[in-house]
Amino acid sequence: MSEAVTQVEDIEIRLLLDALVQRYHYDFRQYAFASLRRRLRAARAALGFASYGAMQDALLHDETVLPRLLGYLTVQVSEMFRDPEYFRAIRESVVPHLRTYPSLKVWVAGCSTGEELYSLVILFREEGLENRTLFYATDINPEALRMARDGVYALDRIRGFTENHRRSGGRWSLSEYYSAAYGRAVFAQSLRERVVFSDHSLVSDAVFGEMNLISCRNVMIYFDRTLQDRAVGLFRDSLARRGFLGLGSRESLRFSAHAGAFRAFAADERIYQKCEA
Amino acid sequence: MRGVNAPRAVAIGASAGAVQALMALLPALPADFALPVFVVVHVPPGRRNALAALFAETCGLTVREAEDKDPIQPGIVYFAPPDYHLLVETPESLALSTDEAVSFSRPAVDVLFETAAAAYGTGLVAIVLTGANADGAAGLRCVVQAGGLAIVQDPAEAQADFMPRAAIAAAPAARVLGLAQIAGLLSGLPACRLAP
Repeated sequence: MSEAVTQVEDIEIRLLLDALVQRYHYDFRQYAFASLRRRLRAARAALGFASYGAMQDALLHDETVLPRLLGYLTVQVSEMFRDPEYFRAIRESVVPHLRTYPSLKVWVAGCSTGEELYSLVILFREEGLENRTLFYATDINPEALRMARDGVYALDRIRGFTENHRRSGGRWSLSEYYSAAYGRAVFAQSLRERVVFSDHSLVSDAVFGEMNLISCRNVMIYFDRTLQDRAVGLFRDSLARRGFLGLGSRESLRFSAHAGAFRAFAADERIYQKCEA
Repeated sequence: MRGVNAPRAVAIGASAGAVQALMALLPALPADFALPVFVVVHVPPGRRNALAALFAETCGLTVREAEDKDPIQPGIVYFAPPDYHLLVETPESLALSTDEAVSFSRPAVDVLFETAAAAYGTGLVAIVLTGANADGAAGLRCVVQAGGLAIVQDPAEAQADFMPRAAIAAAPAARVLGLAQIAGLLSGLPACRLAP
């Protein structure tokens, strides 16, 4: 694609993003642009629009287009216990601290379809902390939240989940937590009893109070630096004293305006602890 | 070849046979090479830093795995981390994504080339090396369309010739060269040496 064509495409994309904000209050203007452009190209091709102009027109006048577009812009398919060493570090290093609290709050920010949420609930159950913990699972995509609430995953993904769970130091077999039927694994209702699912935007919504652990992995890689700073500031203000923040394995607070508010707790696993104020 | 006049970055993609090919290429770069180099190699998820560590020992340049929003600096070789796509966000900054695999690969060469082409246009030199799938072909076409310099390893000398052949078919304007020639071309690029 020539530079002129790319420039016109970028202008069209920015107009489309403005329309999304004004019409639906979904704000992707501070998302990392390279990924966003790839996702929009995929959406445009799959939804069959000849141009972003046509897509924008349809978005403005037809409310059924938005949920389909959101599926391309926000849904992240992850794995349960992705990066087992992260969950091992939570289990072996963070849990001993959490045990000293009578009640706990855990926030999975940008939970998407729920894989990371269930990983943490299972880990907390295995460590005997589930009954004193409230889990908050938030996302901006209502369809992803619905899938997270359902806790149903294709059976062919379970082998990978099981292996990850084992490598994370899982105490029981993963099969304890789901029942298989018709090519799908349905995770136990009991895992959701202490979970609050909620629509929450890291772009525009406010502090979510007094968390002991916030896990937000491979979500902020889709944000630009300014929006990353906003989100990390939100996490800092949402964490209790000496609360923990877990990021993806290639994310860090190194470039963050709020780096000074945290110390590296498990540096390799990208787990940070909020400093004493 | 407009791209060769004002090179600003080098992007390399490789799959089967990658380590051997890169061993002929990266250590040959002069220690004062002044362009950033981005490398996507198809690797299974898991092993952290393995490739970067391997090449750090044998290269005169700094070699490391890219982090999210890493600032792009001259003379550093950035490897895509396993299980992430590596993207050029702007000419100054890298980005990662966990979007779905492209050509069964994450990282994918196509994702790097497509975003690097958008960021650098005529200033990009993109190289497809040995490999056994078609990843990189569509990306190399983007590079050519954006006016960048496209190079493909001669399939006759590639350990796996599928990837170079697919790249040549998708981007017939690409220059087809042996590894030694590619190393020589990179070292001789104008403005690629740090000012003394």
